[in-house]
Amino acid sequence: MITVTLALAATLALRRSHPVRWTLTIASIALLGLLTLAALATIPWTLSMMNVQQLDDAVRHAPSAAPVLSLETLTHADDSPSIVTRALHDVSSWMGHDDLGRSVLFRLLPAVVISLGIGFAAAGIAVVIGVLFGAIAALTGGLTDRLMMRLVDVLYSLPYVLTVILLKIALTKPLTALLGGESAIANLVILLVAISGVSWLTMARVVRGQVLSLKEQPFVEAARAAGAGWTHILRRHIVPNLVGPVTVYAALVVPQAIMQEAFLSFLGIGVQPPTPSLGRLASDGVDAVNTFVGYWWLIVFPCAALVLILAALNFIGDTLRDAVDPRAKSVMM
Amino acid sequence: MILALTRRIFAGIVTLLLVYTATFVMVVSIPGNPFQSGDRNMPREAQQALRARYHMDNNWTFYAEYLTGAIHLDFGPAFTYSDWTCNQIIASSLPVSMLLGLLAILIALLVGLPLGVLGAVHRDNPIDFLGLFIVILGISIPTFVTGTAALTLFCVYLKWFPVGGWGTLRHLPLPALTLSLPFIAYIARLTRGSMIDTLHSDFIRTARAKGLAERTVIWKHALRVAFLPVLSYLGPATAQAMTGSFVVEKVFGVPGLGQHFVNAALNRDAGLILATVLVFSAVLIALNLLVDLLYSVIDPRIRGAL
Repeated sequence: MITVTLALAATLALRRSHPVRWTLTIASIALLGLLTLAALATIPWTLSMMNVQQLDDAVRHAPSAAPVLSLETLTHADDSPSIVTRALHDVSSWMGHDDLGRSVLFRLLPAVVISLGIGFAAAGIAVVIGVLFGAIAALTGGLTDRLMMRLVDVLYSLPYVLTVILLKIALTKPLTALLGGESAIANLVILLVAISGVSWLTMARVVRGQVLSLKEQPFVEAARAAGAGWTHILRRHIVPNLVGPVTVYAALVVPQAIMQEAFLSFLGIGVQPPTPSLGRLASDGVDAVNTFVGYWWLIVFPCAALVLILAALNFIGDTLRDAVDPRAKSVMM
Repeated sequence: MILALTRRIFAGIVTLLLVYTATFVMVVSIPGNPFQSGDRNMPREAQQALRARYHMDNNWTFYAEYLTGAIHLDFGPAFTYSDWTCNQIIASSLPVSMLLGLLAILIALLVGLPLGVLGAVHRDNPIDFLGLFIVILGISIPTFVTGTAALTLFCVYLKWFPVGGWGTLRHLPLPALTLSLPFIAYIARLTRGSMIDTLHSDFIRTARAKGLAERTVIWKHALRVAFLPVLSYLGPATAQAMTGSFVVEKVFGVPGLGQHFVNAALNRDAGLILATVLVFSAVLIALNLLVDLLYSVIDPRIRGAL
């Protein structure tokens, strides 16, 4: 849903863009769409296969087996296992196996879903908290405004990493209890809340600034002079003018949150194993390369997926900013 | 000027106090303490005695005691490094991080500024898109990937630099470059945007009409104004770079301050958490003040306003 909205917004933004930017943005959207579709469509198989240790003959006897691009088992005319099982068996070695004999491809696909999920969910939470906080601060004004923005300033001057880690530690116990101890899901939710707990700050500042300047605009004054109530002014004048900047910052939060998760995974406090995420796989790959140089597929595939997705998201965000930023617009003229 | 400066310093102290209070609230509200370590816990009485020794049994006295110490620049013992005080930890790691961070910011400026200016001048040309490509890659590749790749290539295969550690000049370039990549990207992006804005302003048209060389117009007249947003970004960016990056330190084995932010939080080491946060915030506030001072040097219009 959010992806579709984002894609639509980006397409709208494209009308005034340079052909190269246009092509690259379309390519980014297509790449993201295809990856998401592939990852989502294969969920029924990957979810059950991602943690299976394939230590049989076909994985060439050793864990951390190199990628094998073949359809050998599938085409092998043997009717014992079903055709799907045989196809899955072949596909599982296309990107090799990790040191526990798990298929890299079958871990990478759900990892894409989980990482993108974290990114978009974090952006959603940041939008809700940031817009409410910033709008309330700007609309009430006075002491409340100053106190609220002071809180944002203080949270801003805390080191980012430390806040996320402390939030994660603080939230682990209550949220796990709240979610009934379902550890894998609870872990994802805690991670999400900790990441979004920091990323709403910029949103709050942007929204407050925007609302403050909108409040003084002549058209708002005119509406008020014509006898419009606050709900009307909010609905017809403030909210529509907030959509642009909010979309831009939300689009930038998505890759940031995915990067944060990758960073936390590198620290060992991100997504808990055996659940895969792009950051988890990439940092596991980095560790594997440090100790057993040569297992290139453990680092190349996850890192490529992570970098491609982040680059596509960043590029879409950049295009959106280029189109929505009023300063950029004035330059166009 | 003096009055404005005094007011800013006072406001900085208030912010520091608020940051201290906010961190304190977070630290005492997280479960666990440095004296329990998962499976092997000390007897309750021993934990109680240790907490009492470090004035941690009562949050109010701990708040006051620690604050008094911090005002006298004494951050007390680090609970999880038994032979070290927080002061010793900071004294040994902060200079390392500051050197690395300053170098990284310097590289970022030297590369990012020209990249941004060229992008703005050659807008929508191949040069601009090359710049955009570098920028997008710079913010899309996690530092642990670039760091490890650089380490593997330049240290393991080519053997140009030592594999890790700290102490000689040859240990500096790779971590500094790795650390500078995201900053290069942001600076280039900021410079490009504000340079495009500036190039459309009236004084640039005047400068061109006067017959000044295009080089002078861009690099002297326009860049001076276009640099202002970059300058405001440099405050927080330098503070972040100078207080260390956990990833770069872990990948290259650099004994900097960044690792202590993470380890202190993971160990629930209240003393060290508060010490590192206070150091970070103090550096941040000082740099923001410095940025505002520089602002009035570059832009005479706001001189005295601060």
